[in-house]
Amino acid sequence: MVIPSVPPECYLVLSGILFTIGVIGALTRRNAIVVFMCIEMMLNSVNLTFITLSRFLQSMDGVLFAFFVMAVAAAEAAVGLAIFVMIYRSRETINVDEINILKW
Amino acid sequence: MKGDLLEQKIIWSKKMAENIATIFQWLIFLGVAFTSIIASLLVITRKNPIHSALFLVLTFLCVAVLYLLLYSQFIAIVQVVVYAGAIAMLIVFVVMLLDLEQELRSGLKLFYSKVIGGLLAVLFLFGIIYAVVAKSPTGKMGSYTPDKVSANVKAVGEMLFTQYLFPFEIVSVLLVAAIIGAVILSKKRT
Repeated sequence: MVIPSVPPECYLVLSGILFTIGVIGALTRRNAIVVFMCIEMMLNSVNLTFITLSRFLQSMDGVLFAFFVMAVAAAEAAVGLAIFVMIYRSRETINVDEINILKW
Repeated sequence: MKGDLLEQKIIWSKKMAENIATIFQWLIFLGVAFTSIIASLLVITRKNPIHSALFLVLTFLCVAVLYLLLYSQFIAIVQVVVYAGAIAMLIVFVVMLLDLEQELRSGLKLFYSKVIGGLLAVLFLFGIIYAVVAKSPTGKMGSYTPDKVSANVKAVGEMLFTQYLFPFEIVSVLLVAAIIGAVILSKKRT
């Protein structure tokens, strides 16, 4: 008897669950930093999908796409957190419900 | 007769070794999957942003272990260095920089809009699960088998500097733009 190895569907479902948890967090939390963390989690789960498919289709493109996603996430972290610090300096809060100065 | 028996025994023991390796793969996968789901649930439910950030690090480490199970060591190391190291450190640093006393009290409050958003997200998850389970992923098979890819980053480097050279340069420009933007944003107004 040979036990089958972990199928790609398990990894894909896991990354879907992580993405959904990230979506729920980004929609329900009001602290901008926690929303930012949830967005990072969503990017991470997309990376997991890329790596899974690149492993099971025996291709290298997914690994490189995950690499580029990581570079974009790092750039986003630098700029986004600088923006949070600026908003906190001028408005004394980073509650996303109260940051509405751009609203008309 | 004796040689046949020996051969059968060798084949059987090889199969057993493969089975044991697969069992360990399943155990690691299931453990890491449950840990990452629980850690990410804790990220979105903790009231203190520092706790959220630390559970986020745990989630990133779990995903790095999954990358190792998928034979991509390079991405696993980059995950630990960039995500669990740099980005999480930056988040913790900014949380400590800001004074979030009144933010701490506003945890996960439920409103109608949030409930509807969460339900839509769960519906989306069921859509993903249906799409994944109904039809297994197919596509053009490449030439990079696991034993060819494992234990060297040479394949990644070769592809990065030949086929993906232009996106690589674009990413470097993007990083320079991000550095300049961060410096200008956090500079004191004169």
